[in-house]
Amino acid sequence: MYSNLIIDLMQIIMLTISTVVVMVTTAFKRDHGLISGLTVFGLTASLLTFVFVQPVVPLEATQLLMIDEYSLFFSNLIIVGAIGVALLAYPYFQNHNVQNEEFYILLMTATLGAVVLACSNHFVSFLLGMEMMGVSLYAMIAYPVHAAKSAKFPLEAGVKYLILSALTSGITLFGIALVYAYIGTMGFDEIPAALEAAGELGPVFLIGVLMIVAGSAFKLSLVPFHIWTPDVYEGAPVPVTAFLATVSKAAMLAVTLRLLLVSNAIELNVVTTVLTVMAAASIIFGNLLALLQENVKRLFAYSSIAHLGYLLVIIIAAAKIPGALSVEGVSFYMLAYFVMSLSGFAVISALSNSEKEYDQLADFRGLFWRNSWVSAVLITVLLSLAGIPLTAGFIGKFYIFTTGVEGELWFLLTMLIIGSAIGLYYYLRLIYIMLQPADNNAADPATVSLPLGVHAVMAAMTVAIIYLGVYPAPMIDTLQSLASAF
Amino acid sequence: MILVWLITILFAGGIGAWLSEKRNPELPRVIALATILLDLFLVVLMLVAPGVLGLDNGSQAELGQTGDWLVLSSNEWIPRFGVSFIFGADGLGLLLITLTVFLGLMSLGSAWGEIKERTGFFYFNLLWTLAGVIGVFTALDLFLFFFFWEVMLIPMYFIIAIWGHENKEYAAMKFFIFTQVSGMLMLLAILMLVFFHYQSTGEFTFSYFDLLGTVLPDGVGFWVMLGFFIAFATKLPTVPFHNWLPDAHSQAPTPGSVILAGILLKTGAYGLIRFTIPLFPDVSADFAPAAMMLGVVSILYTAKVAFSQNDLKRLIAYTSVSHMGFVMLGVYAWTAQGVQGAVMTMLAHGFSAAALFMLAGGLQHRIHTRQMDKMGGLWGVVPKMGFMALFFTVAAVGMPGLGNFIGEFLVLLGSFRVNVLAAALAAIGMVVAAVYSLIVIQKVFHGENKNNLVVEDLTTVEMICFGLMMIGLLWMGMYPQSMLDMSEPTLRSLGVLFFQ
Repeated sequence: MYSNLIIDLMQIIMLTISTVVVMVTTAFKRDHGLISGLTVFGLTASLLTFVFVQPVVPLEATQLLMIDEYSLFFSNLIIVGAIGVALLAYPYFQNHNVQNEEFYILLMTATLGAVVLACSNHFVSFLLGMEMMGVSLYAMIAYPVHAAKSAKFPLEAGVKYLILSALTSGITLFGIALVYAYIGTMGFDEIPAALEAAGELGPVFLIGVLMIVAGSAFKLSLVPFHIWTPDVYEGAPVPVTAFLATVSKAAMLAVTLRLLLVSNAIELNVVTTVLTVMAAASIIFGNLLALLQENVKRLFAYSSIAHLGYLLVIIIAAAKIPGALSVEGVSFYMLAYFVMSLSGFAVISALSNSEKEYDQLADFRGLFWRNSWVSAVLITVLLSLAGIPLTAGFIGKFYIFTTGVEGELWFLLTMLIIGSAIGLYYYLRLIYIMLQPADNNAADPATVSLPLGVHAVMAAMTVAIIYLGVYPAPMIDTLQSLASAF
Repeated sequence: MILVWLITILFAGGIGAWLSEKRNPELPRVIALATILLDLFLVVLMLVAPGVLGLDNGSQAELGQTGDWLVLSSNEWIPRFGVSFIFGADGLGLLLITLTVFLGLMSLGSAWGEIKERTGFFYFNLLWTLAGVIGVFTALDLFLFFFFWEVMLIPMYFIIAIWGHENKEYAAMKFFIFTQVSGMLMLLAILMLVFFHYQSTGEFTFSYFDLLGTVLPDGVGFWVMLGFFIAFATKLPTVPFHNWLPDAHSQAPTPGSVILAGILLKTGAYGLIRFTIPLFPDVSADFAPAAMMLGVVSILYTAKVAFSQNDLKRLIAYTSVSHMGFVMLGVYAWTAQGVQGAVMTMLAHGFSAAALFMLAGGLQHRIHTRQMDKMGGLWGVVPKMGFMALFFTVAAVGMPGLGNFIGEFLVLLGSFRVNVLAAALAAIGMVVAAVYSLIVIQKVFHGENKNNLVVEDLTTVEMICFGLMMIGLLWMGMYPQSMLDMSEPTLRSLGVLFFQ
């Protein structure tokens, strides 16, 4: 029995051990290459343990964590994202003469928090994971603050994230308290029964639920809780932005979806109404504001707001359609979005280092002729974000339309079409800029030879985008089986 | 499988052309030529001696189809959603595939001397566009169809955005957004159709054959049909969705214009014939008067706009919209003559518009302007070009003996039985066409050579291209029965009204 439990928790245990190893090694020997290598190794080892975990799931590890195929899928995604971020971070910080090693410790703890979130089945682990990830991120965002010519505003971004995130944690905690006061339980799966026993739904309970939803919406950067996103995306060093866009979003989405479905909260009218408003606003504002951006990181920030709005459509549909289909759709879209974002930030990272980030639209002028490979990766990402066939984004969009039609969400689908139309414009603009003849006077970051790790991330993600777009059947089968639990 | 091969060869050739540029910038066009010739060879084999390719009807029976499908094949793709690779070509499809491959060759001819920069990527895009178009003409699974519908878009965007003229960014963007957004409406409509089919039968499928005859709830059918209609009407294009076309055509490089006018517009017409009306026969019948009127408005309005253009390519672009109005009219008449006429117009206009764009592009390449007031008196300078321009202009106007005449005449004949007013108004369009076409000849080739332009006449490659297209138009005009016979079984199986 206990041995099974240990196997069940193996990924988390392995991650913890790796964190400690990295920390202790840092204390004895400061060597950037060694530490980053250890990090990648530790993460890979944790990833591979899923082979052992898979046979024993689904198994509840204490009340707090539920390890099942669903959580395993998201944990794997998170760890893959963390490996990607570590690979991007090495060349980025390589010529940064201050201590870089702590960055990897923070990366490990943030990843650990994210994995806990993905497995969370209880408000305590929910808060624990969220804080573990959040606190590590404060430091990660502001990490290059001592560098002379660092990313533009790391400190501003870090403080902004710290204040807003702490505020949201407070709101979430208060919401949890209200919900607990009303129904007397904190386990997600005990909520429906407790609610039934409690009888009529009081306003206190609903306010509590909405506060928790608001907390999640902050981390997912949904309008109107999106204000921090562009500034933090822009100010943070690129690898951290990549982490925020991928790992942090995936973890938060995993737990939010589970909470909404398992507790049946999605069937509350108030919740669907609030989510519908947030989805529509995110789609429209995210896309509209992205039009105005001259900085690619900010552009991706607004585009991520819009994409999370699209994702919300699938979640809202769960009120009317079978939960399993919704989970399948969300998982696919998240996977697709994850791969696209990681690939996109890998490109920006490939062009940047902690001395100088090439993230202005003008820096991309003529990239296609200067460095076809890097530019082709970015074009694939942009076409995928726009939902063009042959890419993962298309199948993702297909899921949104399918679930939207089945859930008869005509209003949101209209918003989706309008939003995508606007979105096309800025994706195409970036593509167009890359296709322009190169400007010979510009400093040319793309000719610098890139380290293997960055190439590997770009290649793996591009292959994934196209594979998922051309032959999605195997992945769909996997997702269908993991979703069947809901 | 032969259809899959046609597409795969083009995809592979495109990649080969792109890679070969590093070795020698001249190589991509040779590879492109070889690729298209290979495809053309296979298409001709399919037309002339289908037995050689071992075309059998095994998969036809598997799909439960007994109709006049020349080739059908089917494979699973995404079983979760009932999506499969269903490719099929019947008479209509085969005619359009032939048109595509042939005009692909023509556009290669026009690119031969014009595209000097980044040749590898150019021919890659050219071949991928053709592959996408053949996919559109052969896909019989709605998901697959939509897939190719979008696939043909992106390379075309690149062609306009990289090798286009002065205002290419605007034109490329407009082209892409118009087609993409209307495409998204179609995707929504497809999914609604599939969903309601699922509700009534419990089967989740995108197969065209299964979805035929789906009964939609009252009130929904119209909206679903409209989703398809808007997508195809944008591509065709018809007023009021035609706005992207003049920009895209005038800014695209000549080979791009040739493909756009010659082939891409026909995918819209094909969609209407193959999907919109057969999938929703009842609502389409109710909608037909409105659609026919849209066709008439397109014919007359864009003819007038064309007349007032000074930019040669824009003028030809507007005339394309006008001619496509006839297609709309004929298709929605849904009588044998009407639809046959529409098909003939599609083929003939493909040739004549492609030729006219090649001439306009050739002129621009030589004298670096498209403004007609800067031309004049060119007949003496480039007599061969003048002759070709005259020939294809009178063809476009509808001179008896050439393909366009057959098409437009049949359209008028077919629509007259259904809607006298629309047919009468459309007939005026043929008169106006003569006015705006002859003015081109007048302004460009006659009069005084004010700017003393001295340029070289058509090259051998160009002469070969124009010659081939002349033969094609003459054939269509003199012996249209050969083509009508091919499309007739298709139209019968689609439910077109045949009067005895």
